[in-house]
Amino acid sequence: MTQTKLIDIKKKDNNVKIKAEELAKELRSVSVSEFFEKNRHLLGYDNLTKALLTVIKEAVDNSIDACEEANIPADINVKIEKLKTNKFKVIVEDNGPGIVKEHIPAVFASLLYGSKFHRLRQSRGIQGIGISSAVLYAQLTTGKSTKIVSKISPKRPAHFYALHINTLKNEPEIVSEKEVSWKKDHGTKVELELEANYQKGSRSVDQYLKQAAIVNPHVKITYTNPENKKFIFPRTTKDLPVEPKEIKPHPYGIELGVLIRMLKMSKHKKLKSFLTKEFSRVSPKIAEEILKLAQLDPTTISSEVSRDEAEKLLNAIKDTKIRNPPLDCLSPIGSDLLKKSLRKEMDVDFCEAITRPPSVYRGFPFLVEAAICYGGELEQEKSVKLQRFANKVPLLYQQAACATTKAISGTKWNSYGLSQSRGSLPVGPALIVVHIASVWVPFTSESKEAIAPYPEIEKEIRLALQECGRKLGSFIRKKKKAVQEEQKKEYITTFLPHIMIGLKDILDLNESKEKRIEKNLKEILEKSRK
Amino acid sequence: MKTETKIEKEAEEVLNKILKKQKPSMKFPIRSLSNVKYDPKHGFFELKGQKKERTLTVSTIKTFAQTLRMMALSKEVIRKNDIATKREAYYISKNWEAAKFDEQPESDAVMDDIEAMFAVNREQLGFVAGEKGGGLVAGDLKVIDIDSETKKPIEIDCTQFGSGAYSIPSIIEHFNFKTSAKFILVIETIGMFERLNKHKYWRNAKCILIGMGGVPTRSTRRFIRKLSDAKNIPVYVFTDGDPYGYFSIYRTLKVGSGNAAHINEYFCVPKAKFIGITPQDIIDFKLPSHKLKEVDNKKIKDVLKNDPFLKENKEWEKALKQLEKMGVRAEQQALAKWGLNYVIDKYLPKKLADKKSWLP
Repeated sequence: MTQTKLIDIKKKDNNVKIKAEELAKELRSVSVSEFFEKNRHLLGYDNLTKALLTVIKEAVDNSIDACEEANIPADINVKIEKLKTNKFKVIVEDNGPGIVKEHIPAVFASLLYGSKFHRLRQSRGIQGIGISSAVLYAQLTTGKSTKIVSKISPKRPAHFYALHINTLKNEPEIVSEKEVSWKKDHGTKVELELEANYQKGSRSVDQYLKQAAIVNPHVKITYTNPENKKFIFPRTTKDLPVEPKEIKPHPYGIELGVLIRMLKMSKHKKLKSFLTKEFSRVSPKIAEEILKLAQLDPTTISSEVSRDEAEKLLNAIKDTKIRNPPLDCLSPIGSDLLKKSLRKEMDVDFCEAITRPPSVYRGFPFLVEAAICYGGELEQEKSVKLQRFANKVPLLYQQAACATTKAISGTKWNSYGLSQSRGSLPVGPALIVVHIASVWVPFTSESKEAIAPYPEIEKEIRLALQECGRKLGSFIRKKKKAVQEEQKKEYITTFLPHIMIGLKDILDLNESKEKRIEKNLKEILEKSRK
Repeated sequence: MKTETKIEKEAEEVLNKILKKQKPSMKFPIRSLSNVKYDPKHGFFELKGQKKERTLTVSTIKTFAQTLRMMALSKEVIRKNDIATKREAYYISKNWEAAKFDEQPESDAVMDDIEAMFAVNREQLGFVAGEKGGGLVAGDLKVIDIDSETKKPIEIDCTQFGSGAYSIPSIIEHFNFKTSAKFILVIETIGMFERLNKHKYWRNAKCILIGMGGVPTRSTRRFIRKLSDAKNIPVYVFTDGDPYGYFSIYRTLKVGSGNAAHINEYFCVPKAKFIGITPQDIIDFKLPSHKLKEVDNKKIKDVLKNDPFLKENKEWEKALKQLEKMGVRAEQQALAKWGLNYVIDKYLPKKLADKKSWLP
């Protein structure tokens, strides 16, 4: 009996091994493109309406970023053409610096390829997923390649590419390429065909571009919608925004995995110089303090630091007092420009904007700007409208999950003249604008739709709102008072004659007495406050 | 002081304030149960003296103007020796453009304020209620009225109305009476009044029957008061066995109301006694009953808490609590369970003979 059992087990063992070998044959690395092919909702392609917005958003964000980096006042042309039901062609063209020929395929047709991921600098795109995901989406829904024309100088020819993405290898596939003539001095044009749906309303492409124009007052956008209607959002200013500076990471914002990776890759061999050179605000003295606390030798070779040692190092960093990162790396819109821009886009009675001084969350510098518009074309008796921006990019989805929404609901608006039931958005003819600029905006997901509610960020938003709110409150009070004053006058004119009639009917009054009484009465009533 | 003079004096005060560039104001006693007290020796609800002041400001200007115009209207009606019903006064205000009253309760409230301010009754201002009919009278009574044309006295014999009855008018101050009745029986419902009248209950019982038809009008209250005082005869009240019968009808008749406290002194019948239907009657006479309604329970609680009359009458407090505990109410006409004329043959004789079964 026992023997048979043993044999059985051995047999089984053998079987398992064989099965594992079979399975191993099927194992292979999943490419990033393939992964996103299956999880496109993570990138903002959950439905046809949103897909159209996401594609345009990615292309426009890239264009503005590129122009800003090259110090060119951006002039962007967006065109949507309807081909047939649920099939659209999107063309986005800019006057940016252009892309050198060799880089074009990788920039547009390889996910996670880009210039921005490995640095800390306030910019619109970061991960290098955006535009390639749009190319991928177009390819998946229509099978069509994406067409790119780019030119870097008037002296050089323009290059045309038609690209696909090889989803297994995460590599571009060049369908065709050629030199073409293009009358532009420099710039880039992308043309995609995709399955989509065009809609108007609060989450539409129209709304996105309008909002993008508000927070990018130096950008000119020309937009032709599928109905062939042309909108021009002109520049509010010719001055380009202050160029955001690139900074090294602050030790407080680092996570263990990142720290280990940095230790392995660093060209600074010794641990002490690793700390002072790779991070901002770490002086030799601070570095020594950290290392002492972590009980690590300053001369340890960085790449040989073990996982446990890295953890000790991280804990020591947390227990050491380190100055805040430099804050001059951010580029706000500026309260005056924001106000001007809002006034240009809509007709309102009141507009106030504020730019908060920079602050820090998890070692990342950030700053908050807020604006409130009131009255005019804004709708009465409804929840206030909210426009959210991260690094000058409008956020149209996931409003409820966003830190801005939380901060607005948590602010007491009743004292600022807007009615509000506890814990919800205030009601009234108002628009609230919140912009967060940071070297690293903490989004709640890859599709970058909502800002994660870090307490430091929420607090700054609240302070900005309160400052605008106080001004709104005094405006509304003044307005109310003026209306009341007017009503009061009207009321007096209506009823004063009846007091006179009553008195005349009861008593005999001569004309001069009557006039005196009337005059006095008017005086008494106009002085009365109630 | 004549009402006309009171109106003029008040208007003059307003005028003088205005001439001095000061805000004019008028003071009115607060008309509610919270502003009355009850002293059994006096026998009626008296004002405690809390007043509200209507100062002329922008927010009070409309009511202030309406009050002055209503005073002017009153003066005019008095001078013409005429009368206007409350409803007519309301319609007259429709000529006042912006100062007109939108609904009659608004003009009634201003009228009541003026009454209270001058401590007069509505009729002295030249106004009458005019809506609901006055109480009905039958039995051993001759009302001596004055003919409006000949100005000569006329005698109205209240035994001569057959199955009908004499109806009490709005103004009765000039009335005189002739009677040999032993008591006045005041009845809540017209149905019960008609039953007793049809069988000429008043003849054998030697009494005067008065039917109120709900809460008695002011002139009905005044009529009973004047008659009982002039002829020195007792007044017995017969209502349904429910909080409304006890405290909206009987209590108002006996001691007056909070709303008209400024005139209670003349419009109450302190000597009135309650002969039925008491909560104990519901048990003793095995009367069919209904569950107390929500409004009944609310009324009981309210009375127990706020009514100054109840506080001076422990027997009423006991009765009310008994009713609350029983949780039921019974109507006068429930007596018909024992036969249509049970009320005449048994109930009333028994109750009238037994003072212990009454309530104060």
